[in-house]
Amino acid sequence: MELLKKYPKTFQWLFLLIVFFALCFAIDVPETYKFIRGQAEFVKDPNQSSYVFLGKEVRYYAFDVFWRLPPLLGWLPIWINDSLFFLMNEWMPIEVWNEDTQEFKSRPIVLQISRNLTAFMTFLIELIREILLGGLETIVAFTSWDWIDKNPWAELPGLPWTIVAAGAALLSYKLSGKGLALFAGLTMVYISVFGQWKPSMQTLSFILVAAPLSFIFGLGLGIAAFKSKRVEKALYPILLVMQTMPQYAVLVPALVLFGVGDHAAVIITMVVAIPPMILLTLLGLRAVPPEVIEAGRMSGCNNFQLMFNVLIPTARRDILIGVNQVIMVCFSMAVISAFIGAKGLGFNLLLALNQLNIGLALEAGLCISLIAILLDKMSLAWANKQTDYFGNLTFYQRNKNILFFGVIFVIGIVLAYVGTFLFKDTFNYLFEIPHNKGISTADFWNKGVDWIFETFFVYIKAFNTWLIQDVLQPMRALYLRMPAIATIVLVVGAGYLIGGLRSALVVCALTLFIAFSPWWDRALVTAYMATFGVIVSCIIGFTVGTLCFQNKHSANFMLGVCDIFQTFPSFVYLIPVMMLFGITDTSVLIAVIVYATIPATRYTIEGLRSVPAGLHDAATMSGVNKFQRLTKIEFPLAFPHMMLGINQTIVFALFMVIIGAFIGTEDLGQYILKALSDKKGAGIGLTLGICVAFIALIFDNLIRAYVQKRKKHLGID
Amino acid sequence: MSEPVIKCENVYKIFGANAQKMLQDSNGNVDAKTFQENGCIVGVNNASFEVSKGEMLVVMGLSGSGKSTLLRCISRLTDATGGKIFIEGQDLLQLNNKDLIDLRRNKMGMVFQSFALLPHKTVVENIAFPLQIKGVKTEESINKAMDMVKLVGLEGRENYFPRELSGGQQQRVGIARSLAVEPDIWFLDEPFSALDPLIRKEMQDEFLRLQDKLQKTIMFITHDFDEALKLADRIAIMKDGIIEQLDTPANIVLNPATEYVRKFTEEVPREKVLLIKDVMDSSKDNLGDLKVSQDEIIENVAEKILTQEKPVAVVDNNNEIIGSINPTKIINTVFGGRKNNN
Repeated sequence: MELLKKYPKTFQWLFLLIVFFALCFAIDVPETYKFIRGQAEFVKDPNQSSYVFLGKEVRYYAFDVFWRLPPLLGWLPIWINDSLFFLMNEWMPIEVWNEDTQEFKSRPIVLQISRNLTAFMTFLIELIREILLGGLETIVAFTSWDWIDKNPWAELPGLPWTIVAAGAALLSYKLSGKGLALFAGLTMVYISVFGQWKPSMQTLSFILVAAPLSFIFGLGLGIAAFKSKRVEKALYPILLVMQTMPQYAVLVPALVLFGVGDHAAVIITMVVAIPPMILLTLLGLRAVPPEVIEAGRMSGCNNFQLMFNVLIPTARRDILIGVNQVIMVCFSMAVISAFIGAKGLGFNLLLALNQLNIGLALEAGLCISLIAILLDKMSLAWANKQTDYFGNLTFYQRNKNILFFGVIFVIGIVLAYVGTFLFKDTFNYLFEIPHNKGISTADFWNKGVDWIFETFFVYIKAFNTWLIQDVLQPMRALYLRMPAIATIVLVVGAGYLIGGLRSALVVCALTLFIAFSPWWDRALVTAYMATFGVIVSCIIGFTVGTLCFQNKHSANFMLGVCDIFQTFPSFVYLIPVMMLFGITDTSVLIAVIVYATIPATRYTIEGLRSVPAGLHDAATMSGVNKFQRLTKIEFPLAFPHMMLGINQTIVFALFMVIIGAFIGTEDLGQYILKALSDKKGAGIGLTLGICVAFIALIFDNLIRAYVQKRKKHLGID
Repeated sequence: MSEPVIKCENVYKIFGANAQKMLQDSNGNVDAKTFQENGCIVGVNNASFEVSKGEMLVVMGLSGSGKSTLLRCISRLTDATGGKIFIEGQDLLQLNNKDLIDLRRNKMGMVFQSFALLPHKTVVENIAFPLQIKGVKTEESINKAMDMVKLVGLEGRENYFPRELSGGQQQRVGIARSLAVEPDIWFLDEPFSALDPLIRKEMQDEFLRLQDKLQKTIMFITHDFDEALKLADRIAIMKDGIIEQLDTPANIVLNPATEYVRKFTEEVPREKVLLIKDVMDSSKDNLGDLKVSQDEIIENVAEKILTQEKPVAVVDNNNEIIGSINPTKIINTVFGGRKNNN
């Protein structure tokens, strides 16, 4: 009894575990249970039960309620689907003037809006694309085909790659200095020489539309949420779900609303990129000290000046992290949206991965990553730039960059013109190096992969077999063996013990949604892969983070590495693992681990850093050695921050697990991928996405509740 | 007498959801306790005073006494719950947003405890900021800001960012920024509290030098009684939102109105605060040869007076005798006078 009083929490947890295991053993696996159950599919099987709700028929395999809950929400995807179709095709028809047929036509309003939006996006993308690559769609849009026929000069060629490369270097020089200029120049030359020019510029044009639009909308909504509590309250739950929803899942509904192509990709990218931008804007604005706001007011700022001259610049650190996130998401989506027909590097990457041409995939992936890093650094430098008022500059000094660009422009055009004589019979390499006509190292990489595969085949295969047979399969079986009711009791109990009644209720609602959806089994498989990934990532991340923390330089170096790795689009991680492990669960898991280790490492270092210096000195004066200091002082104090790292790790891991479906896994991601090619997939895709988001949110809720409690206990804020 | 620059009449500031209604119901008789029970916190309680042109009013009080809230009511960073505030005869609370902004752009300057500089702007950009907000051309505003940089002695650092400056230097920037638009009214909210003692003294002297030159109408907030004595023309001592006493430094030291005020005055070295005129007698008989000015601080002339046998003549600016002071009075004031005041 005394022990019970001394450690009440421990006994509560023990009790919870005992109940959980008792439930697991008490409830047998039903004999009819098979893993692959097509509850959401529309296959008719006499063994299925069915019910009708809201006019939608749901068919499913019925089990003991304790083993698996019936899919009471099975109607939801079908209903979402039907509603979408109704919205698009029937709801509120309006009269629209048709230019071509010169008559009014009746069209549903949502369809009309979506068409207009689409046309606008397409115009923007085309405009930038034609500046970079040449073409005349935009000019035609303002004039007509007839006009072009009469004025052939208007048919602009694209900019020669020499001009774009030199221009990028010049801009980087102006923004930051020699280092960035060199990087920009080399990146552009690499892209060009390796024959990736055209797809790169296609991707770039897509990003140059998506990123600024996301930034503007994110900032705008962030400001709105800052100004009005009501807007914030309305936005917050949507933001939470959107932040944890895998990007794949948004593709399907967008497909229905906006069709296939670059414009749809831009809209999706905005949907995915805006939430983090809003959150970070809000966070930054909140952190502005009240005295700075008062200083702005007393300087006589009106509301507009206060926002744009005082609040936003003061909050720029967080807003810049938002910009970085937007750029990251844009590049990540540049690849993923290739699924819905966006052109560019992403499309090439997917194609190469599909053909298992690792070398080509690597080159395309490197291009995307390089452009991503370049844009990220340039936006950062732009925001940190300062003006010099006292230079007393001459006209030449003031405008030297523009003059330089003029000179470069002329030289580039002359070179391109000379090129027409030099390369009479082949392509004009001084104008544009066509796709696949540049240098390629693909063969080298492919041979390298083959060599590695042949040389180490035995070892890789042995490792692979061991991992799958002895670790992954049993783990997966264990997860699937859990009766639904036991899982729910465990999760809700944990919620209650950590965060009290409120937490328990939230977690219960989230879990029940998944349990009542038709994909509980799939969710379990997703959870198992994520769990494995998160555990390994955390172990690696904590170890590496702690080791690097011991020395200031190595810590900074590691944070830099994390920065760069984070800029890589998630798909790129699949390339090297596929090189080594082929198409197996191992590949996916290793990609998951690499990807999810980034936040684990970063937060470990940052957490350890956040321990106040005074405590270090106090500890040293108490005579602790390095190891004692780590275990007694630094870890306990850094722990709350590190837990937030685990939170991020979980989200990252889930994202990668879902993307891993591209390689072939049997989780929720596989169904999302399937929904992409399904005519009625929109509802399914969205519901699946929400399921994944809810898995992340369950852990998010638990971890946040724990961290808050812990922080209060330690008295840190 | 000309119109006061700042005039407050029964100003109340009460925080809470139904503050307005409760204030109306209370009929101007606000009791902090009953308000608190109803979820309202009283910030400023019935403040009435005037500040005339070129005068420096120091509002002194401990943290939570409502002194900053009072200042924010007068600068209308928060709206007062009740009462009237006049700035040069204009009813501040009736101003619309545009007029308020105009007022701040042309008439008011404010310095903050935590400096409140814009981190993304250099020293000179920070100082030019209020001018640029007003719409002054970049070149002109930068030139004007450079004058200000010189005024506060930051030459050579105009292109530094705030983060690269020490606390004292940052506050110099804050002061320069608040003066850039050449305001008539100058608000200072604990400007030197975040600085260490040596720098604080240096900044106080600097501040007195500036005020000597500029002659602004000033409201200065501080929690440091010594600072208040050193700087003020008049001091307002606040406690729980109420102005306990508003008077000249000498009168506060000599005649504290309440027990609370008396506690502050106990430790004060009077010879450093009081002037001859504050303690002199009006009799002009039996005077010695020595004459002292009425505006001297006691400390500076005490030695001379104490060596005299006869009372010393006190003269005004025109060298006319207006009273006398004898050595016993000095001794009483410095050492013995304390108990008499109880």
